[in-house]
Amino acid sequence: MDDLTVPPRLTLVVNGEPAEIAAADLAGALIVLGFEDAIVATALNGNFVPARKRAATRLNEGDRIEIVAPRQGG
Amino acid sequence: MDFYGFEPTSRLLLGTSQYPSPAILAEAVRASGAEIVTVSLRREAARLREGQEFWRLIRELGVRVLPNTAGCHSVKEAVTTAEMAREIFGTPWIKLEVIGEADTLQPDVFGLVEAARALAADGFEVFPYTTEDLVVAERLVEAGCRVLMPWGAPIGSGKGLNNVFGLRALRAHFPEIPLVVDAGVGLPSHAAAAMELGYDAILLNTAVAKAGDPVAMAKAFALAIESGRLARRAGPMEPRDMAAPSTPVLGRAQLL
Repeated sequence: MDDLTVPPRLTLVVNGEPAEIAAADLAGALIVLGFEDAIVATALNGNFVPARKRAATRLNEGDRIEIVAPRQGG
Repeated sequence: MDFYGFEPTSRLLLGTSQYPSPAILAEAVRASGAEIVTVSLRREAARLREGQEFWRLIRELGVRVLPNTAGCHSVKEAVTTAEMAREIFGTPWIKLEVIGEADTLQPDVFGLVEAARALAADGFEVFPYTTEDLVVAERLVEAGCRVLMPWGAPIGSGKGLNNVFGLRALRAHFPEIPLVVDAGVGLPSHAAAAMELGYDAILLNTAVAKAGDPVAMAKAFALAIESGRLARRAGPMEPRDMAAPSTPVLGRAQLL
């Protein structure tokens, strides 16, 4: 039964780098990666995922996650 | 000058990139009097948290932000970046860049119009970085843009106004649309010249950030833009080919 509560380990691509993460959804991945309290925006496989939809966004093997934050710009 | 319902007092929009330090950036923004600064989105590393620090600094300045889609070469990238920017910065404003050519950073005007149409339909208030092409400008307005931002010269080149004729024609063609010269301005005199052509505002970054003294240069640009604006409103004289004595000829003493 416990197996159902343990997130799967997935090999993902996070900001262009391979990463092995135990997370079932995008919200979980952000916590594992240390972005829990950070101001960031996210995209999954090139598509924007609003913050309110991260928990409902399931992750799959090989998914590409982009995590961006405010930065200097012209 | 009305940017989607916001009427700034300052006609200088300042970029936030390439300053020697965050403190100098903050001081330059204050010295410029700018009420709008441009920002971007970039990948964040959880350990470094550079973006979090930068965003704190900008919020403390109390200015509006105009997020950009810099570096996007496709409609898809630009639209997705705009969506992410709207969530993070909490503004419908987007400085829309769809780059078409790497050496000149010239806009891909076809992609630009397509992205502007999609974003405007989705509630964005689009500030398109474009060329001085009249027909493209028409298409952007049709797509829903209420501001146009033609380049003066390639981004970061500091060359000034490469096509004065084209910029003048654009101003004449769109008397009611706020026009901002965005990119290529290197000197305060370039900014003053654009304002004398009747442009509403100037967006620049490198000319201030890469100056020997960015804070002093920010102030210099603010003065030049104010000066150019005042000159435009004052009604410049018509140039002529031959000399015309400014001192009255009548009443000159006969001394021979």
